[in-house]
This record gives sequence, structure tokens and C-alpha cells, in this order.
Amino acid sequence: MTGVDFPILLPEILLAVYAMAALMFGVYGGKDKLAATITWATAGLFVALALLVALRNGEGALAFGGMFVDDAFARFAKVVILLSAAGVLVMSQDYMARRDLGRFEYPILVTLCTIGMMVMVSSGDLMVLYMGLELQSLALYVMAALRRDSVKSTEAGLKYFVLGALSSGLLLYGASLVYGFAGTTLFAGIASTLTEGHAPLGLLIGLVFLLSGMAFKISAAPFHMWTPDVYEGAPTPVTAFLATAPKVAAMALIARVVHDAFGGIPGDWSQVLAALAVVSMFLGAVAAIGQKDIKRLMAYSSIAHMGYALVGLAAATPQGVQAMLIYMAIYVTMNLGTFAFILSLEKDGRPVTTITSLNQFAKSEPLKALAMLVLLFSLAGVPPMLGFFGKFYVLKAAVDAGMVWLALAGAVASVIGAFYYLRIVYFMYFGAEQDPVESRMSVPQWLMMVGVAAVMVLGVVNMFGIEPLALTAAEALLG
Amino acid sequence: MDNLLSIIIFIPAVAAVIMALFLRGDDLAAQTNAKWLALLATIATLLVSLFLLAGFDPANTGMQFVEEYPWIAGLTYKLGVDGISILFVMLTTFLMPITILSTWSVSTRVKEYMIAFLLLESLMLGVFCALDLVLFYLFFEAGLIPMFLIIGIWGGANRIYAAFKFFLYTFLGSVLMLVAMIAMYFAAGTTDIPTLMAFEFASEPMVVLGMTITGGLQTLLFLAFFASFAVKMPMWPVHTWLPDAHVQAPTAGSVILAAVMLKMGGYGFLRFSLPMFPVGSYVMTDLVFWMSAIAIVYTSLVALAQSDMKKLIAYSSVAHMGYVTMGIFAANQQGVDGAMFQMISHGFISGAMFLCVGVIYDRMHTREIDAYGGLVNRMPAYALVFMFFTMANVGLPGTSGFVGEFLVLIGIFQVNTLIAAIATTGVILSAAYGLWLYRRVAMGALVKEALAGIQDMSRRERAIFAPLILMTLLLGVYPALVTDIIGPSVAQLVTDYHAALPEMADAATH
Repeated sequence: MTGVDFPILLPEILLAVYAMAALMFGVYGGKDKLAATITWATAGLFVALALLVALRNGEGALAFGGMFVDDAFARFAKVVILLSAAGVLVMSQDYMARRDLGRFEYPILVTLCTIGMMVMVSSGDLMVLYMGLELQSLALYVMAALRRDSVKSTEAGLKYFVLGALSSGLLLYGASLVYGFAGTTLFAGIASTLTEGHAPLGLLIGLVFLLSGMAFKISAAPFHMWTPDVYEGAPTPVTAFLATAPKVAAMALIARVVHDAFGGIPGDWSQVLAALAVVSMFLGAVAAIGQKDIKRLMAYSSIAHMGYALVGLAAATPQGVQAMLIYMAIYVTMNLGTFAFILSLEKDGRPVTTITSLNQFAKSEPLKALAMLVLLFSLAGVPPMLGFFGKFYVLKAAVDAGMVWLALAGAVASVIGAFYYLRIVYFMYFGAEQDPVESRMSVPQWLMMVGVAAVMVLGVVNMFGIEPLALTAAEALLG
Repeated sequence: MDNLLSIIIFIPAVAAVIMALFLRGDDLAAQTNAKWLALLATIATLLVSLFLLAGFDPANTGMQFVEEYPWIAGLTYKLGVDGISILFVMLTTFLMPITILSTWSVSTRVKEYMIAFLLLESLMLGVFCALDLVLFYLFFEAGLIPMFLIIGIWGGANRIYAAFKFFLYTFLGSVLMLVAMIAMYFAAGTTDIPTLMAFEFASEPMVVLGMTITGGLQTLLFLAFFASFAVKMPMWPVHTWLPDAHVQAPTAGSVILAAVMLKMGGYGFLRFSLPMFPVGSYVMTDLVFWMSAIAIVYTSLVALAQSDMKKLIAYSSVAHMGYVTMGIFAANQQGVDGAMFQMISHGFISGAMFLCVGVIYDRMHTREIDAYGGLVNRMPAYALVFMFFTMANVGLPGTSGFVGEFLVLIGIFQVNTLIAAIATTGVILSAAYGLWLYRRVAMGALVKEALAGIQDMSRRERAIFAPLILMTLLLGVYPALVTDIIGPSVAQLVTDYHAALPEMADAATH
């Protein structure tokens, strides 16, 4: 450990120092009265750090003997994580304040969680991986139970905690097996034990346990059980956060582990990821059909989307990783817009999340309904929205890698999935006449929603130049 | 002009964006502005597309006006037209101003209505010009969204059921197409349509689930595309969405649906099925023939029994599309020429028929045939126009309807006389339902009290029909206008098709 390593960790260190300082400031400076200030400051810091990370260039750097990696891949993921976290903070401020949830701990918890995620995507060692993962998860457990006086919210927090602990256990067990058979926890060290594309059985079992633990974090089926309940029970801004940044981090983490540590045996993990992908895509598509609550529906939607991102990873090629990164970036953007809309829904001052409450929404709010229509079609993957190109990218990567059956399964699942998004459109435009639900949006929410909808349409021109960036990131990981 | 096709495709879209961003309010002035802007945009598109027609060289059977730019996801943005697609482009640009003009009396959400139509025009034009598989799919699918909204928001009483039926039928069909596109990309390594047209997909017999499939991969790919195009066309027995969609759609929606959107199926057969999967097409020819023959006879009989005018015309459309599929798969010059001609001519005639219904629907707000009778007494001009298009629909010599059907029947006769004989009965049946419809609506004494004050067509309505009558007559007496343009490309298509078939198969066709 030398001082040379610290500049590499600068963003994480800055964020950690800020989190502690903000906590002190909050506790001694006036507690919840400062909630808004801290929220905005945190969001601002996230954006600044995203710029800092994005402007770093040059070769990847290793810190602490290879335990911490800063390469183009980590940078790409970090920028997405930071920006989406900032987005969630900005659009949830109004909701938090009005729903009596304006606690100053919330932005600080988000900050801690974000540090955990940044560590995750940069990890070059199983210990660092676990450290980042737990920091992220613990903060999320608390956030899910943020509304202490609500049974549903505390239930969500508890459920998330218990199942999360179980998955951490699986992950740790896998890590210990890997350590036992490889003799090291360093990814580079594990990779060097895989000679000639062959791994000892213990290592494979360890790999499967690791993947199961991480699949829980991205809520890939069959490790998805917690998702609908937690999404429904947690306060909506927390749900929005759960659905965005942590998914990117966990997905990037999987990419990191399979390529950095197990890159020598792609055949072995590729089939596991492909199986997870197929199950997730179909379960997400089918189970969402019967949902009545839009937050639960978004939970199943995210399960399906994780399946598609896994299709990219299962291809085990640079194109596959690139496709996954692009997919995640698009997914996060779409979800931010959608949740900005869900956050704004209310009736008589109380939040509403039932789908049928959207009946005839288009009549009272044509612009918002149109933006939502674009978002829903994009989520469904109907061309020409950007969501279609995300799906196209991962399916193409699978075809190029020779996994045609996986691509075909993805295409079929996308049709089934289109149905439930269309159902929301149906209610908004053609539903039965009733008291329309109100949509009270703060300026950031409105900008987020309409902006994202515009992005989904305009992205068809050149995807805002994200492709070469994602390719550089993917090549950095596999190079 | 290097970007002529892009300009044509995007004029309506740009107008739609301008309308969405800068046109405020929903008062009368804003509505009028929206209508005029839409009309001007579609007329501008028509005028620009005339340059396309003027610059087109029929003798060149390759792609013309090609544009190619690298695009996202490793795709290319590639556009181009040949003898097969150019007339569909012209048909679309020609019909759009007429359609917009026919919606002049709409008063609910006018701005959104116009935006939907303008976007729809862009997407339809894109379908006919796209030379990249994914670009084609994108336009093909995206066209569903505005049509879905047009039916769902501005349609009749049962519009929601119809909108969903329309969406799900066509969406299910196109997913199979998407799957096939993935397989094609895997086999050929490209999504470029001209390259794929020259690519020979494997046609060795293949065993799937214990069944031997003649024609192998080609047959499977053919069936996947067939699922999509047959729904779009629509062919019997997957035509059932069409009557519902037509009945519920507003008049302009019906016109576009019948006149242009149905042609995407036929265009798909000519662009994809025949050139890319010749063996698959050959293996399935008999199936298509029988489906077409059943469509012609069965849906004509169904049309006879309809009490709703729009439904009757919708079924008549299905029957006429039966000639188109039959002609395409006859795979000889007359057959394919006839199919192309029939599609263009049906664009004018069926569009006009739906407009005819629209004229009296606007006045009486019913489409029941029984609600009318003796209209000739109060509406002589209307009766004349309606008479003209009924005759064209029947296929009276001198109108364009005759040329298409006749060419198709000649073409099919050379390949399969039995099918030709069955199909010919359709001509009689179409006369039966067409003339009977006309008699019940227009002839006789005007006895119904509700009709006593009905007004004849306004000047706007006459202006709508004039170009359609002109085109129907012009193509009827001088069909070379169309066949000169499509001829060389069709000849090339037919030659390539037969050259690609194994010798044995080729011998069997003649």
C-alpha cells in the first residue's frame, strides 16, 4: 500500500469523506431541516464526480496490488451509476418532502450505497468485491425500510435483509471455495490457475455459488423472489433507486468476475448466464401480465430486462459486454423517466400506484401520457424507440457468438412482454371513465420524464455516441 | 439530389414535429392550422416524389437513388427504390393529401390526428424504401403505433377491441419475422437487402422434430415471413382482424389501411419471399394458391351477407388481395405484373370506396346498408361516383380493376388451370355483391324519411374523388403507365427466381 495508489481511488475517497462530513453536518446542524440542502449537494457532487471519472483517460490503473482496478470499464459503469443516482435524488426530493419522508439520512445512505457500487465495479479481488457489495446492500436494506411507521415498508426492508443475507452467504461460500482451490482471492491469480481452459471441480462449484449470489443482486430469476415485494413496499423514490444504479453495479460486477477471474473458461459460465437469462426473460414477461400495482409491474419488468442484459454477457465476447453496457445505460435511463412519472401520481394528496387508476389519464394530461407512451413502447422494445436498439444489440451479440437459440428466445419473450406495457397504454388512452388520477410533478420530475422520452426517440439517430465508449469499456475488460 | 428518398420520407415527420412543438391550443384556428399544415406537408411530399418518378430509369433493374450511411448498432441506414417499390412510394404520396382532405370534418383532437397521419406516412414510405433488414423491420413495426392510436382514439364504438386485435395480430406475425431475420443474419452475416437477395440460403431438406422439411432452412424462413405478410395482406384465414379494424377505424384510417398498409404484405412477398427464399416459395406455392382461391370465393360470399357497408368493402378487399398473392406466386411476368397492377389499382379503388362510405356516413352517421336507398334521387353526383367505383371494384373493362385481375388470371392459368378456374368465379361473385350493394344504397325510390334532406357532395368532396377517378380511368385504358415502370424489374425478379430453383422444380412449373 503506497501513497501512489490513493489518486486512483480519489472519487471513492472524496465520496466517503463527503458522506461522513454530511452526516456530522446533519446531526449537529439541524437534522431533517437540512434534508433538502444535503440532497441537492449530494446530487451535485455525484454529477461533478461523474465528470471527474469521465474525464480520466489513459490506460487502466491498478491499486493495492491489483485489488482495485480503474479501467475504462469501471469508469463507464461509474458514470452511469453516479448519474442515475443523482437523477433519482433530484426527482425524489419533492416526493420525500411532501410525504413527510424528508430525512437527512436518505441522501447520505444513497451516498454510502454509491460508494459501495463504485467499489464493486472496480474490484479486482473477491474481498474487495464482498466489501463493496455489503456496503451497497446494507445501505439499501435501511433505505427500503425508510418509512418506519409503515408495515409494508418495514416488511420490505426485513425481507430484503433476510434474503440478501442469504445471498451474501451463498456468495461468501462460493468465494471460500474459490479461494480454497485457487489459493488466492485476486482475480488475476484465479485466472492464472485456469490453465488450458480447464478448471478444477471445486472452482466450478465456487463459481456457481458466486454467480447465484450475484444473480440475487440483479434479481435474475430464479433469484428474484424478493423483488416484487421490496419494490412495492419500499417508498417509491427508493424503488426508483433500487431499479437503477444497483442493477448496473451488480451487472458490471458479474461481467468483471466472469471475465477477469474466469475468462479462461467462458463455456462454463456462459451456459449458467444463458440459463438465467432465459428464465428471467420469460418469467419477467409472463408474471407481469397479472399485476395490478405499477411498482410490482416494474419489478417484473426489471427482472425481464436483467435477462436481456445477461444475454449480452452470456455471449462472452467484447461485443457482448458492449451490448450489456449499452443495454444497462438505456435501461437505467428508461427507468428514471418511468419512475419520475410513477412518483408524480397521487389522488387527494396520497400516492397512488394501481394501474387501473390511470384510466383516461391521456384526457387530462395529454403530454405526460404521450411521454409515458413513448417510455412504455421503449420498455417493450418496439421500434423505433431506443429500447428496441438495446434489445437488438444484445440479441445480435448472442447471434454473433453462435447462440441463435438464445436470441430467438429473447425475441419471443419480448412479444409476450410487450403485452403488459401495452395494457398500461390501454388504460391511459382507452380506459373506463372515472375520476382521473392527478399527476403533480416537480420541475425536475417533469424534465426527467419528458427529457427521457425525447432521448428515447432522438437516440435513434446515433445513440448519443455511447457506442464507441461502451466498446472501449468492453475492450478494456477483455483486453 | 443525393438524399431525395430521405427528404421524401422525412417531410411528413418534420411537419409532425413542427405541429407538435409549435401549434398550441385546441380552438378552431389551431385546428384549421393543423389541417392546412398537414395538407401542405403531404402535397409537398407528393411534389418532391414526382422528382423521384421523373428521375427513375425503368430499364435499370437495380436499386436507384441509393443512400447509405453507417448507423447505430453496426447497422446501415440504406434506402433505395427499384421498379417494384417506386410505385408504392408514389401511391402513398398520392393518396395522403386526399386522405387528409377527407378528414376535414374531424373535430376531436385534430392536432394529434394530423400528427398521427403524418408520422404514419413517413413510416409507410420508409417501409417501401428501406434496404436494410432491420431498418425495414423498424418502419414496418413502428407503423403499428400510429395506426393503433388512430383506430383506438378516433374510431367507432367498438374501437378498442378492434385496435387491440389489429395490434396483436400484426405484432404476433412480425415477431416470427424478427426471429427469421435473426436466423438470416446468422446465416448470411449481413442485413443488407440487396446482398441478401443474391444470397443463397440453404435449401437441403432438414429434419425438425421428426418431420422432414423440403426446402430446409428456406422453407422455414419463408414460413416465418409468410406469417407476417399473410397477416398484413391479409390472407384467409388470418384476415379476421381486417373487417373489425376497418369498421371501427375512422374513414381516413380505413383508406390508408386498405390503400397502403395492406400493400406492405404484397411488397414483402416480392421483396423478401420470392428473391430470398425461391425454393421455400416454390415448395409452398400450392398452399398459397389454395389459400388465395379460398380467400377469393369464401370472402366474396361473406361479403354478400354483410349488412355493414364498410365490412362488405373490407371483405371485398380480402378477396382482391387473394388475386394479388395468387399472381405473385404464379411467378411469371403476367402474374407478377398483374399482382403489382392489382395492388396499385386497389389502392385507388378501395380507398375511393371507403371514401364513398365516408361521405354518407358523415351525413347519416350509420353504415348500415338498410338505412339507405334511393340516394340517386337526392345525390346524383354521389351516385355517379359511387357507381363508377363499384364498377371499378367489380373489374369492369376500361377501369384499372379489370387490368390487374385479368393479368393475374392469365398468369395463373399458365401455372395451374384449376386454381385459375376457381379464381375466375370471384369475378362474378364480386359483381354480385358490388351491384347488389349499389342497388340497395343508391337505386329505387327515396322512401326513408331520414334521407329526405340529405345533401349531395360538397366541392371539397368532389375534389377528393376527381384525382382518384382520373387515375382509375387512366390506368384502365393505358395500363402501360404502370407496366412500363415495373416490367423490367419484374422480369428480372422472375428470371432470378426460376434460375435459383433446382432444375427439377423449374421443369415442374412450366
